[in-house]
Amino acid sequence: MTQAAQIQEEANQFAHGNKPGNWKEYFSFSTDHKVIGIQYLVTTFFFYLIGGVLATLVRTELATPESDFVSREVYNSLFTVHATVMIFLWIVPGATGGFGNYLIPLMIGARDMAFPRLNALAFWIIPPTGLMLMSSFLVGAPGAGWTNYPPLSLVSGKAGEMIWILSILLLGTSSILAAVNFIVTIFKMRVPGMGLNQMPLFCWSMLATSFLALIATPVLAGAMILLSFDVLIGTAFFNPTGGGDPIVYQHLFWFYSHPAVYIMILPIFGMISEIVSVHSRKPIFGYKAIAYSSIAICGLGLIVWAHHMFTSGTPPWLRMFFMITTMVISVPTGIKIFSWLATLWGGKLDMSSALLFAMGFICLFVIGGISGVMTASVPFDIHVHDTYFVVAHLHYVLFGGSVFGLYGGFYHWFPKITGRMMSEAWGKVHFWLTFIGFNLAFMPMHKLGMEGMNRRIAEYDPKFATLNLICTIGAYLLAVSTIPFIVNATWSWLRGKPAGDNPWRALTLEWMTTSPPPVENFEADPVLATGPYDYGMGNRATEVDVPFSEADDPSLSAGPSSTLRAKPDPVAAANPSDRGDESYNRE
Amino acid sequence: MTTLDPAKLERNHHQDDHHVASGHEGHPDHRILGIIVFLIAEGMIFLGLFTAYLAFRTVAPTWPPEGTPKLELLLPGINTVILIGSSFVIHNADTAIKKNDVRGLRLWFGITAAMGAVFLAGQLYEYFHLEFGLTKNIFASTFYVLTGFHGLHVCFGLILIMAVLWRSLKPNHYNSKDHFGVEAAEVYWHFVDVIWVILFLLLYII
Repeated sequence: MTQAAQIQEEANQFAHGNKPGNWKEYFSFSTDHKVIGIQYLVTTFFFYLIGGVLATLVRTELATPESDFVSREVYNSLFTVHATVMIFLWIVPGATGGFGNYLIPLMIGARDMAFPRLNALAFWIIPPTGLMLMSSFLVGAPGAGWTNYPPLSLVSGKAGEMIWILSILLLGTSSILAAVNFIVTIFKMRVPGMGLNQMPLFCWSMLATSFLALIATPVLAGAMILLSFDVLIGTAFFNPTGGGDPIVYQHLFWFYSHPAVYIMILPIFGMISEIVSVHSRKPIFGYKAIAYSSIAICGLGLIVWAHHMFTSGTPPWLRMFFMITTMVISVPTGIKIFSWLATLWGGKLDMSSALLFAMGFICLFVIGGISGVMTASVPFDIHVHDTYFVVAHLHYVLFGGSVFGLYGGFYHWFPKITGRMMSEAWGKVHFWLTFIGFNLAFMPMHKLGMEGMNRRIAEYDPKFATLNLICTIGAYLLAVSTIPFIVNATWSWLRGKPAGDNPWRALTLEWMTTSPPPVENFEADPVLATGPYDYGMGNRATEVDVPFSEADDPSLSAGPSSTLRAKPDPVAAANPSDRGDESYNRE
Repeated sequence: MTTLDPAKLERNHHQDDHHVASGHEGHPDHRILGIIVFLIAEGMIFLGLFTAYLAFRTVAPTWPPEGTPKLELLLPGINTVILIGSSFVIHNADTAIKKNDVRGLRLWFGITAAMGAVFLAGQLYEYFHLEFGLTKNIFASTFYVLTGFHGLHVCFGLILIMAVLWRSLKPNHYNSKDHFGVEAAEVYWHFVDVIWVILFLLLYII
């Protein structure tokens, strides 16, 4: 029995003479997509820790009903900057910039991104912007929530507001530049022989993500430009006293910020598709369904934004429209979930840390998805709007979804990135601490929200005290849970067991080169001897035993590829035109 | 031991002609596609601002709000004709450089730059002679922000054109095969032009 991985490995020449770069390279304006990917991952993880410290402070304040740990203004700043950091400096750049940059050129067999210098520029916008946002604590940090709705944002401290607006504009620019790069790279730089339908699913999801970032982010920039005029010069775009309309800001803001949740989750969907298939040794179930549902999410994601505004005086007919579109968008998401479950079903699960995080992702994301469908319905949303139910929902999709997926990605691609294995035992400790801490911190918030506890307020009714204490304990456990990960990653990077080129025996092209890959990734252009997910289908070619024949030369046998057949089996057809778009991964 | 099906491998084998070096990181030049994709994003900023303008207009009880002087149409009308004309002028430069005619390129880019400068001067003249300031009311604010943001783009387009003119002085910097800068400036200029037409219709006509 020949393994698919063996076929794929034998068809490819692995690069030799690889020398890992000097550590100084990671602090330079390097144009190597792998260096930039690592720069993104490490920088954004650093901001994740900062955001985590802020979250811990928020939960410490909320451990008791009184506002006794920090002042109310500081509390407002804490949750505002926490959300801004987690969204704009961790999940968005970490998932798209980090994993996207590292993996996309490798997966499509390219030597680098289409525009390497633009890529480096997009990264180097991020660290100074992040530091600028942090420095706002010295001059009075923004405190109007990460949504920064006017008129509230117009009456709080101007310095903090302007720093926030400038940060968002710069980070948005970085995100747009990265999106341009990904779109051109994925369309134009694929290795010959890789059609769109032979791409790994991560590439499909990055394509959808990039289109969303490209189309939605500029609208937020427009809103920021108008808001900065209101803050600085005293125009009245969003100020009702001067004839402006704050609702317009909400529309412009959510036109970006709802697609932003798909920008944060679509790359994760792609990563989960890779991890689930590799670690259960099964072909992915429904390749095209998963690929095209990403595109459907991209399209639908642009027309659901006003479900954040059901209580903002949105007219009933419009609420109806957005309620329906929001419920419809759960369909492509559900298609993915069922495809992953069907992939896992009956698979040979290796229960590695990467797979644990992927399965944890599926569990938690389903909960977040269901509470999302609940809040999509107008009457229920009016009841729970601006309560902890929404906080629970968004953390289930952004932490239970995105962050679990990012952790899974770290464990899965760490051997490729560093050339060394992570400790599986500590990976499992990390997983269970995170999983338990997460549910302890956020599950009770559903109940708190249903009972009417408002979000974004430092004090609350003493009757909520017990549940809040549980949440705070869970949050502390979550904070602790990052320690085994950091220690494990650092130690493994320096001293871990050498990983070899393809430790998971995966089929996608990033594993068809040395770990870590050399500067131009591949010795010669890589070859696709199997489809990206042909696990367990290794020797199908020999089993079918198709006699090789020229394209113009009719095969004389009566086998599945015989030209005597009206419809030859596209998988085994001898004539290339009969194979059509069919990839070698049977769905 | 496995035997690889040659039929399967055959279609993956790349021809080396794929890697035609064209002076950019060793792979075919995708920079114009990059510019076009980037302009989608630019277009979305303007779309956002236009939508905001329309929303303010829909919500307001009267539009423009009472006390706003009527906008003069003559000067912006002439400006519009100049800008639309410049799009045709700049296209001649593209045709010229495709025939390896660098002097033609300089001539047509020079005329385009002059027309762009006249447009900007006209815009500034209009600003100084309007009877309302930026913060007078919501119409005045959107008027200045929209035209100002577009004006910035004209400025940037002008800088691009001047940069191409400067570089064209170097011998054989642009030729019939390699003239990315010329195309980029032209695509950008067309974009700025189209945005102005929409802006003009929104602010002055309807």
